[in-house]
Amino acid sequence: MTDRPMVRFEKVSKRYGPLTVLDSLELDIARNEKVAIIGPSGSGKTTVLRMLMTLEAIDDGVIWVEGEPLTHMERNGKLIPADRAHIRKIRAKIGMVFQSFNLFPHMTAMANCIEAPITVLGMSRKEAEERAAGLLEMVGLSQKKEHYPAQLSGGQQQRVAIARALAMRPKIMLFDEVTSALDPELVGEVLQVIRRLGSEHDLTMLMVTHQMGFAKEFADRVCFFSQGKICEQGPPKAFFGNPQNERTKQFLHAVLEAG
Amino acid sequence: MWDWAFTFEILPTLAKAAVISIEATLLGFVLAATLGLVLALTRIAVPWTAWPISVLVELIRSTPLLIQIFFLYFVFPSFGVTLDAFTAGVLALGIHYAAYCSEVYRAGFDNIPRGQWEASIALNLSPWTTFRDIIIPQAIPPIVPALGNYLVALFKETPLLSAIAVLELMQTAKIIGSETFRYTEPITMVGLFFLAMSLVSAAFIRAAERLLNRRPAR
Amino acid sequence: MGIRTLIVMLVASILLIAYLATRDTYSLFLPGLLQGAVLTAEITVLGCLLAVAMAVLSALGKLYGPAPLRWLANLYIEIFRGTSALVQLFWLFFVLPQFGVSLEPFAVAVLGLGLNIGAYGAECVRGAIQSVARGQWEAATALNMTRLQMLRRIILPQAFVAMIPPWGNLFIELLKSTALVSLITLSDLAFKAQQMNQTTMKTIPIFTLVLLIYLVLSLLITIGMRLLEQRAAKGLARGRTA
Ligand SMILES: Nc1ncnc2c1ncn2[C@@H]1O[C@H](COP(=O)(O)OP(=O)(O)OP(=O)(O)O)[C@@H](O)[C@H]1O
Ligand SMILES: [Mg+2]
Repeated sequence: MTDRPMVRFEKVSKRYGPLTVLDSLELDIARNEKVAIIGPSGSGKTTVLRMLMTLEAIDDGVIWVEGEPLTHMERNGKLIPADRAHIRKIRAKIGMVFQSFNLFPHMTAMANCIEAPITVLGMSRKEAEERAAGLLEMVGLSQKKEHYPAQLSGGQQQRVAIARALAMRPKIMLFDEVTSALDPELVGEVLQVIRRLGSEHDLTMLMVTHQMGFAKEFADRVCFFSQGKICEQGPPKAFFGNPQNERTKQFLHAVLEAG
Repeated sequence: MWDWAFTFEILPTLAKAAVISIEATLLGFVLAATLGLVLALTRIAVPWTAWPISVLVELIRSTPLLIQIFFLYFVFPSFGVTLDAFTAGVLALGIHYAAYCSEVYRAGFDNIPRGQWEASIALNLSPWTTFRDIIIPQAIPPIVPALGNYLVALFKETPLLSAIAVLELMQTAKIIGSETFRYTEPITMVGLFFLAMSLVSAAFIRAAERLLNRRPAR
Repeated sequence: MGIRTLIVMLVASILLIAYLATRDTYSLFLPGLLQGAVLTAEITVLGCLLAVAMAVLSALGKLYGPAPLRWLANLYIEIFRGTSALVQLFWLFFVLPQFGVSLEPFAVAVLGLGLNIGAYGAECVRGAIQSVARGQWEAATALNMTRLQMLRRIILPQAFVAMIPPWGNLFIELLKSTALVSLITLSDLAFKAQQMNQTTMKTIPIFTLVLLIYLVLSLLITIGMRLLEQRAAKGLARGRTA
């Protein structure tokens, strides 16, 4: 059970018309592993997360979560495309934080965090509020519970979004460029929350990021995507210290150049 | 239930009535489009008229067309002028939809960024030239489909003219019904005719919209 | 027009009616007309309720229903938008009985106008639902909500605000269409006007009053919807992401 990967992409392909975004992707992620995904724009980083979150259908291959197929279900020893009930069962293990927050604008921070625990998990309001209060406290927003998203800064909104995702107690958290839409001075507070999450919770984390410094310090493994494939991967030290692939070198050079 | 022989028997009568309906539509719409433009331009050219015109427009748009038809039809005789039902009906349709059309023009002109007027002034274009060469060409693409929709809406309201006994489709169908005690065929036929015309015009409007929005790349 | 102007117009029209009521040429007609206005208002309210119900059902059917339901919703929308309201009323009034279904004129009125406006409303509901940002669906999916939960809790509350102004216009359309029920024997405001006009030929006083009463009813709808819009928008504006 423990040696079984938390997430496995098995020969997963994704195409948009003639464009092959992901080409037979193979990727295993261990329990509690923190994986940073980097790469040039359009290389398919977001697509990987969206497929795992079931926001995007896959064209080929199978995605496994804790040894169970996510995109498929087993029937008489064969894998057939999953139905909605099956997807919902597996999807319960996964949470996601978006680049553009996607908070529900008609609900307060607190209401954002208790909505799904009540409607989806069937928790009582009281129980859900206790859990949400704890999470909002953890992200440093216990003062802002009754604020609507528009009354919060970008960094605060993103922290609510993190609390909202955590309220569902996922085992896997996906972060897609969660600091890209923020003003530079607000990036730190969000990264700080993610750091705490990593150290205090048992969470498998996949994050797409352009913050090389954060990837280096936080991740167990860095995956460099280019043209729909993983070009190079490894522990951050080796990856940043001694990249092997020519494209990786070019990319890192360009990123460091830009500052 | 449905008598095909009867249907074919009344078809020529209905076809003749359809011509009346279409005539009323076209005349009413020409009146609406013209009067609407006059209202919209007056608002721009003579600023103090803006408020009274908008109250008038609101008044016309918030009261039933049927009442306006009755009013025009019955009020003229009290001034010693007799209007035949068709004329009164067309007038009412035209005035009612002029109120809607004037808003269409207004939205069309309002949509043009201030910068366009300012650039024209900077280029020392006369107001007339500005209007003809700069404003109108930009205002037309959103205006035409909206007017088209009102043309269809106006057409669908021509059955109201039956209330003052204009021999358009609905009135004819009702007369056939009361004479033969068969309403199913005439009224259903009228409905189908309107449905067909609406679907066809909707397709036309979509085509016009595509054509007008096909601007050369800049 | 601003809500202030609308309120001024409303007060002015009511005062004008009150003033006219003090004059003999007008006061004669007012009680009868107001009686008609009550029926007009009843049909309007019930028709609006039916229209909203039909619009929401058929928009949801068209967007998310299985193929037969989608097809049915489309058929309903096209038929009721494509033929005219009076034809629909006459069809229900004259043709339906020939198929053995005789409805009271009042029921025909509510049914006909409600179905007619509901078909237009369906498109406005559909547009409002589609105007909600895609990210909202995605966030709800990531929280593992069912589609029904997403619609009810996340999408419809946001679409609601976008729907209010077009519904305001549709309610006015419905109010105006109620005049047509005078042609199927109901003694609404338009019927009373027509009847009094025929017996007395005092066209100007009668129709002045009638137009004013319709104006008051329209303004009530418009102002009501504006207030609703302001309230709903306040809730959402606080929540609109910057
Ligand atoms: N819905 C779509 N339809 C067509 N093409 C799409 C769609 N979504 C993504 N793509 C294409 O797929 C490719 C990968 O997109 P993806 O969003 O995964 O890139 P990314 O690596 O996240 O880039 P960025 O760093 O800019 O966010 C891009 O070329 C993009 O244009
Ligand atoms: Mg991306």
